[in-house]
Amino acid sequence: MGKTLFEKVWDAHVVTEVKDGPSILYIDKQLIHEVTSPQAFAGLGKRGIGVFRPERTLATPDHNVPTKGQALPIKEELSRKQVDTLTDNCNKYGVTLFGLGHPSQGVVHVVGPETGTTLPGMTIVCGDSHTSTHGAFGSIAFGIGTSEVEQVLATQCLMQSKPKTMKIEINGTLGKGVTSKDIVLYVISKISAAGGTGYFLEFCGTAITSLTMEARMTICNMSIEMGARGGMIAPDETTFNYIKGREFAPKGDKWEAAVAYWKTLYSDADATFDRVLSYDAADIEPMITYGTNPGMGIKVSGSIPSIEQVEESNKLTFNKALEYMGFKEGEKIAGKQVNWVFLGSCTNGRIEDLRTFANFVKGKKKAANINALIVPGSKQVERQAIAEGIDKVLADAGFELREPGCSACLAMNEDRVPKGEYCVSTSNRNFEGRQGPGARTLLVSPLTAAAIAVSGKIVDVREFMN
Amino acid sequence: MEKFTTIQSTIVPLPIEDVDTDQIIPARFLKATTKEGFGQNLFRDWRYNEDNTPKADFVMNDPRYSGKVLVAGKNFGCGSSREHAAWAIGDAGFRVVVSSFFADIFRGNALNNGILPVQVSDAFLAEIFSAVNANNKMELIVDLQNQFIQIAGTEKKESFAINEYKKTCLINGYDDIDYVLSQKDKIEAYEKSSKYLSFVS
Ligand code: SF4
Repeated sequence: MGKTLFEKVWDAHVVTEVKDGPSILYIDKQLIHEVTSPQAFAGLGKRGIGVFRPERTLATPDHNVPTKGQALPIKEELSRKQVDTLTDNCNKYGVTLFGLGHPSQGVVHVVGPETGTTLPGMTIVCGDSHTSTHGAFGSIAFGIGTSEVEQVLATQCLMQSKPKTMKIEINGTLGKGVTSKDIVLYVISKISAAGGTGYFLEFCGTAITSLTMEARMTICNMSIEMGARGGMIAPDETTFNYIKGREFAPKGDKWEAAVAYWKTLYSDADATFDRVLSYDAADIEPMITYGTNPGMGIKVSGSIPSIEQVEESNKLTFNKALEYMGFKEGEKIAGKQVNWVFLGSCTNGRIEDLRTFANFVKGKKKAANINALIVPGSKQVERQAIAEGIDKVLADAGFELREPGCSACLAMNEDRVPKGEYCVSTSNRNFEGRQGPGARTLLVSPLTAAAIAVSGKIVDVREFMN
Repeated sequence: MEKFTTIQSTIVPLPIEDVDTDQIIPARFLKATTKEGFGQNLFRDWRYNEDNTPKADFVMNDPRYSGKVLVAGKNFGCGSSREHAAWAIGDAGFRVVVSSFFADIFRGNALNNGILPVQVSDAFLAEIFSAVNANNKMELIVDLQNQFIQIAGTEKKESFAINEYKKTCLINGYDDIDYVLSQKDKIEAYEKSSKYLSFVS
């Protein structure tokens, strides 16, 4: 019987199996950042051991860093201490660090792909749930806890039980104004924030294979928002073209050998999945969330569900979410005023996202009531944006390009949305307080965010497209 | 890691679904570089007002409820991979979390910190909530060796599943790292055959 893409990559990484237990899986690359690594390094110290394969770990600070004045010392003491601890640990154990000011620093899931660190067929982990992003290259990539970060530092391996597999197939052509973010918000709204728990996903179908790498990463990034540990897309010419020539990509003969291997990484026609879902791209419209988990999504042109439409067991959660968001059941979402727009994060902080936003706002003006945080995902993205004149286009429209970091995606630095205010965000989580205590988040695509940024209220971006 | 034996305890009921890790421990409290002290910020924004006074209507501030067992609605621990969520729960004195569904990463993080996630049926979860409504001093028995959970003093009980390996670790207080470190020769042998390593090194 044939194998799925997931099985091929998994099987190629099993070091040994524990009787009645998990497998010991070899990890090709671990990415680390300042927030979930200090206790792991401290754990090594307590055990009196070092990092087993320091060259297989790559570090960059992102969660805590300021997005203005990065050349200056970090003002917030605890944040500075975490970033300094990362630097000290990397120096002590010989781990490569893209520190603040380094030309490759950025959000860890933006940095991996753009430096050619992320390659098809790898196993990649990071103490961050959005490690699923790297699955867009056909790698098994997933988030882990700090004890597991320590395990990988100590052994370059991880004890893992094999998850079930789910195929999510989306065929057809996307409509006008519909982007990959809308695809993933649509799928999550269908299967719920827990619908993928216990599974590893594979996204396929013509609506997926026609996407760019950036757009594929947006989809895999949000696999975790359905509860799945990760999501993969089989590598193809689009993938190889993206990787070729990047800093850490294989070169010369090694490149040829690598591509030949990568071409074998797809799900065989007779492979079986534990679950299969199919959707039609033509059914997908620009999406927005109205509640406090990413499964609470609707069409921008639609209405918030009424209480009768909600399953009995979800009613409490639904009512609590609406109370937090200050919305009423059954009401239309378009036309509501919002005061904040956040463009950035490992979901939508790539160059293509900045281009989309800039193209839309070019020649228009930011609405007077909008506070915007436009945050590139990395130093490379920032440089590219400046080289393309995106910073100028943004400035002319009243927006400012900041410096890279996670920023208002999780509000660990000073980029926060005030209590009670609405923020239209291109990030991945709309949990209570995610963008600051009491902040109200509505997840959208960069294109929809641009339309809202110039309108000052929620609009269907297609209204601008006729 | 502390060994896990049978636990009998009163419970703290939290009948909310989709409790995400940002509620368990908000990101702004993740700036520490040690594992201790997170318990005071467990459920911070549900538990305290902005001026740090306790919110009277949150269960952890209700003197009628305490114990080593947290019982929560479906899909507990969804969201981020932050192990700080498990540290906060453990630091606040819980050894067991009961729910009818757990997010994967949280489940693993809990087990790695000696906290047992017990997944029960929706019906049994509802039984627990109604039992504690009727009697806030109601106790649960969680027997890991025999893999069952029971409402003390009643016949109401249910078995639960746990990976055999993880069960052994928990009962003996072992952790994964000790085990994997003992397999180093196999790891080194694997590296010689790795496709990935042949392309990049
Ligand atoms: S951008 Fe947001 S989701 Fe991505 S790594 Fe940073 S905090 Fe996590």
